Amino acid sequence: MLYREAGQFKSTYAQDQQIFPIAQDRVAFFALMAVAFVVVPLVGNQYWLGAILTPFLVLSLAALGLNILTGYAGQLSLGTAAFMAVGAFMAYNAMLRIPHLPILGAFAIGGLCAAAVGVVFGLPSLRIKGLYLAVATLACQFFVLWLINRVGWFSNHSSSGVITAQEIVILGYPVKHAMGKYLLTLAVVVVMALAAKNLMRSETGRAFMAVRDMDVAAAVIGIPMMRTKLLAFAISSFYCGVAGALYAFCYLGTVEPEAFVLDLSFRVLFMIIIGGVGSILGSFLGAAFITLFPIFLSVTSKAVEQAFNIELSGAVVSNVEAIIFGGLIIFFLIVEPLGLARLWQISKEKLRLWPFPH
Amino acid sequence: MKGDVILSVEGVSLAFGGVKALQGVSFDVKEGEVRAIIGPNGAGKSSMLNVINGVYHPQQGKIRFKDKAFADMNSHEAAALGIARTFQNIALFRGMTVLDNIMTGRNLKMRCGFLQQALWLGPARREELEHRRAVEEIIDFLEIQHIRRTPVGRLPYGLQKRVELGRALAAEPALLLLDEPMAGMNLEEKQDMCRFVLEVNDHYGTTLVLIEHDMGVVMDISDRVVVLDYGRKIADDVPEKIRGNQQVIDAYLGVTH
Amino acid sequence: MLAGGLLSGVMYALVALGFVLIYKASGVFNFAQGSMVFFAALTFVSLTERGWNLWLALAVTLAAMVVLGMLTERIVLRPLINQPPITLLMATIGLTFVLEGLSQLAFGSQPHGLELGVPDVPLQWLSDKWNISVSQFDLFAAAVAGLLVAVLAVLFQKTRVGRALRAVADDHQAALAVGIPLQHIWTIVWAVAGGVALVAGLMWGVRNGVQYALTFTALKALPVLILGGFESIAGAIVGGLIIGASEKLAEVYIGPMVGGGIESWFAYVIALLFLLVRPEGLFGERHIDRV
Repeated sequence: MLYREAGQFKSTYAQDQQIFPIAQDRVAFFALMAVAFVVVPLVGNQYWLGAILTPFLVLSLAALGLNILTGYAGQLSLGTAAFMAVGAFMAYNAMLRIPHLPILGAFAIGGLCAAAVGVVFGLPSLRIKGLYLAVATLACQFFVLWLINRVGWFSNHSSSGVITAQEIVILGYPVKHAMGKYLLTLAVVVVMALAAKNLMRSETGRAFMAVRDMDVAAAVIGIPMMRTKLLAFAISSFYCGVAGALYAFCYLGTVEPEAFVLDLSFRVLFMIIIGGVGSILGSFLGAAFITLFPIFLSVTSKAVEQAFNIELSGAVVSNVEAIIFGGLIIFFLIVEPLGLARLWQISKEKLRLWPFPH
Repeated sequence: MKGDVILSVEGVSLAFGGVKALQGVSFDVKEGEVRAIIGPNGAGKSSMLNVINGVYHPQQGKIRFKDKAFADMNSHEAAALGIARTFQNIALFRGMTVLDNIMTGRNLKMRCGFLQQALWLGPARREELEHRRAVEEIIDFLEIQHIRRTPVGRLPYGLQKRVELGRALAAEPALLLLDEPMAGMNLEEKQDMCRFVLEVNDHYGTTLVLIEHDMGVVMDISDRVVVLDYGRKIADDVPEKIRGNQQVIDAYLGVTH
Repeated sequence: MLAGGLLSGVMYALVALGFVLIYKASGVFNFAQGSMVFFAALTFVSLTERGWNLWLALAVTLAAMVVLGMLTERIVLRPLINQPPITLLMATIGLTFVLEGLSQLAFGSQPHGLELGVPDVPLQWLSDKWNISVSQFDLFAAAVAGLLVAVLAVLFQKTRVGRALRAVADDHQAALAVGIPLQHIWTIVWAVAGGVALVAGLMWGVRNGVQYALTFTALKALPVLILGGFESIAGAIVGGLIIGASEKLAEVYIGPMVGGGIESWFAYVIALLFLLVRPEGLFGERHIDRV
């Protein structure tokens, strides 16, 4: 009843091409932005901003990057964490070695370096596909991490390989507290998500999806294989690199290469499987799910502990978490391979008709 | 110019390992005409189309298109020159909508780089809308407005073939290769498809080369016919003469010669 | 040194065998093979540590692997028949996490040592005579691997079940259409792969102890498969040997030049280079994309 398209006519193609063609969606989106930018910082506490929302945003960006490569362009990648590591360490080095570099510039440099690495390790995609390509990205993951560990330059020759992200200063104001870091992350993520949405609804996005669905046919109609695949790797790795830089500067603070192991690559892959491959919204939903789920689980386990007067060790909880994650992956693949994003779409379609049955 | 030779196949031979798909095939196609390639199964018809648009490279012979001669053109170059095609087994992008699929046909005409597209406002937006306009004309022409937002994978076979035709048309090709456009269709669908094909030829002046098994369609709509059998050309004439050609009849009946 | 590399290659090959079995028979790349190895080894070790007789523990673990195979087929594979391979791959990734969590939940997460009665001690006469350090256990492992391969090869080539397995790997729907009982076949295959995983787990367990890192060794099987081809049993062995040997040699010769630790990525880079040159592996078959 409230969510109705009746009366909303599109009289130009421009109106039809909007990101949110339905007026209620537009309103909802702007309301969400208002809440995110204004309400949350005022209301939120240190814990929520610093330990939940900020990593959620950072991982959403990484999931977005992976979705561009794997969801839209169909190139399976297990090297997400390595690209994030490149972004983090190169942003750190940029801040260290280039005087007066604005923080966004450092992030951009981190992203560009990650993009370069992505292109190099994406070259095999011109000859191999699917699982074989995943192995190539595994090579990237292990090699890059080893390189960052071994070559002292990356960590400014610190003996442990650990770096401490520098303080962020924007226009003379230091950004030290959770709220500032949250807003910075939010701003970067929103801008990049919009850019990604624009890209995916343009020819680039169509070319990616064509390569994913049937690359031989794509080549025949004139889509350039090499350029398209390498562009997918480059853009995806750029996003992951910026995510890595944000991870270091706005969340972790002190960063060691071990923060970017294979496990993280799998986590991000799970985010896009659960959230929805090939969907911008899905990246956010998946990241939200995977970020919030452990918290939900630990709250539940505490409740269980109190209710039954037993002790559940951390190991038990994390093992249960792993079992449930794995189970959910399988569940989603069987029931709704297009993930939470598709479930969201279906509920919106049902909402359009509500309260009428059809 | 209409009537001039736009495509000429010269002595093309193609083999896969030991299998000789095409042996010394030569024929020409005049601009603006509808040329059919027929022949029993396995005669090499699809292979011939694949050679023309650069998917396969012949071991011998050349393709001459618009005054350029090729032996090893790749499919990307063919598309850039203005050759478009449809496929026997429908090569649509199943995860995308009808609209998006047809829009991919415009990819060679799009100039904006990815950075402009990421920004959207300005040149990328204008370009996208301009091409959307062109694609909508094709959608109107093919009468598929009602399914423009449907993912192609969900459409019935006949409609998928129409969408594939739309994608080929979106490229505004000079030469359109159709691989069994009527296959698997019922009578009404065939009539619709014939109508579209003839409109394309009439209205846009596109040269058509089509492979087709339905003799009635071939006789009705084509200007000239090439007949292949076991990779060789056995006849090349107007439909009326082909109908009575004993060699052609033998080939179809499986009489060895 | 070379001998050591070759023998760790045998270990890799054992794990790779499990992958090949499942891929050959169902076209699925079973990412969870590594955690199956871990689960099998952990179950066995937990039982023997509780004082169970070795053979009894072996039998029970084998039974557990068979049950695991049946459950996997029922819950994971059956609903996903005819989905594209990438979906099945991701399902097995999910399965990996479930198995890892389950194993550690049931049996705890400390590393366990494993004893099988064959000591991991260098053979005196070999080291005396030719200065090669080869332990009795290595030979035992190689012998076991050889036996396993022979049995599996016979199974696939000569028996009716083997033929059915190969049909299923090619095309699920077609196999169903000719009346091959897909579900039974898959259960058999996964159970057999579970058995192979058990053998691999036991061998690795003696060598390195049964611990969580075992699951990562399984990832190493990927380069082995790329070298050997995903569908060839012989390829798994040859690939394993090559990877094992080249990894050790690289660590010894190239390692010192770049600070060591090459083993973490060397196998993958080799696989990558191989992919660029010969994507189907040494023993695999070429795939041609048709439009």
